[in-house]
Amino acid sequence: MSIFRFFLSSPQKTTAEHAKERLQIVLAHERADRSSPDYLPLLQKELLSVIAKYVQIDEKKVEVKLDRGGDCSMLEVNIELPSPDARRKAAAKAANS
Amino acid sequence: MAKIIVMTSGKGGVGKTTSSAAFGTGLALRGFKTIVIDFDVGLRNLDLIMGCERRVVFDFINVINGEANLNQALIKDKRVDNLYILPTSQTRDKDALTKAGVEKVLDELRRDFDYIICDSPAGIEKGALMALYFADCAIVVTNPEVSSVRDSDRILGVLASRSRRAELSLDPVEEHLLLTRYDPDRVEKGEMLRVDDVLDILAIPLLGVIPESQAVLRASNVGMPVVLDEKSNAGQAYLDAVARFLGEPVEHRFVKPEKKGILQRWLGRTA
Repeated sequence: MSIFRFFLSSPQKTTAEHAKERLQIVLAHERADRSSPDYLPLLQKELLSVIAKYVQIDEKKVEVKLDRGGDCSMLEVNIELPSPDARRKAAAKAANS
Repeated sequence: MAKIIVMTSGKGGVGKTTSSAAFGTGLALRGFKTIVIDFDVGLRNLDLIMGCERRVVFDFINVINGEANLNQALIKDKRVDNLYILPTSQTRDKDALTKAGVEKVLDELRRDFDYIICDSPAGIEKGALMALYFADCAIVVTNPEVSSVRDSDRILGVLASRSRRAELSLDPVEEHLLLTRYDPDRVEKGEMLRVDDVLDILAIPLLGVIPESQAVLRASNVGMPVVLDEKSNAGQAYLDAVARFLGEPVEHRFVKPEKKGILQRWLGRTA
C-alpha cells in the first residue's frame, strides 16, 4: 500500500509552504482593510438622517456592508422599513403625545 | 546633511538592536560619522549591546527636556572612530518623546553626522512611531517566521501612512528588508520560509540575509557589535549589508547550507 501511496499521492506540503500560504491569505485581507475607507460609520449616520427625513426607521434595523471582490467593491446598505401598519401606529402615537 | 535610518520591525525580539549596533558600527568602519539612538524609552538596551552601559550619564530624554545638552549625552565608542551612541532613559516612559523634542535633537545631529540610526522599540505605539516619523530610510528587520513577517507588513503600512514623508507627501521612505536569524539548513528541510518567500510577500528590496549564528549571543555577552567579530558569518553578513546599502553590488552569502565535512557531520557540529 505504502509504495502505491508513494507513487500516486502528491508530495506532502512542507510546513514552510503552509506558512507562506497562510501569510499570503491573511495579509491580503489585512492590506485590504488598511486601505479600506474609514468613512463607513459616518456614511451610515448621514444616510440614516436623510432617510429619516422621509421615513420613520429604526436605527437598529440598518446594515451597512462593504464587500470586496477581485476588481470591484460593493457597498450594500440594508434598511428595514416599517410595515404600513406599524407606520400608522407610530404616527398616531406621535400625534397623541 | 545626515540621512536618518530607522531600524524597525513591529515584532519584538527579531534583532533590531543587534542590527542597529552592527549596522551603525559597519557604517562608522567605512568612515561615516554615525550615531545610533535608542528610542526604546524605559527599556534601554542599546547601551548594553554596544558595551557602553557604564558610561551613561545623561540620555536622550534629558536632552529633549533641556536638562543636558547633546554633547553631554553623546557617548563616543572606544573601539571605532566616528561611532556615537545616544542612550535613552531607563526610568521614563514613551510619553517623554515628543515630536517637537525629537525633531530638535535630530536637527542638531543632522548638521554633524552622516548617518543617524534610530533603534525603534517593538510595537506600533508612540515610541515606534517617533522612531520612524522622521526617517528617510527604513530597514525592516524580519525573521523568516509567520508572526514576524505579518508584523513587518503592518509596519510597512505605518511607514507609508504615518511617517513625516507620508504626511507631507514627500518622496516615500526608502524601504529595505533585513532578514535575520536565517537558517539555511532548516530552509532546505522545508521547515523555514525561504528568502524568496519573504520577498514575494513583503515585496521590498533585500538588503541582507543574516544567518542564525552563535556569534550574535557571544557578542552581546561582552557588549561588542557583532561586526567586530570578523570571523563570524553574521558579522560578515552585516558588513555585506552595509556595503549594499552604500550602493556596492555584493552577492548574498550564507543563504545556502554550508557544505559540511564528514567529520563535522559525524560530530553534528553547527558553526
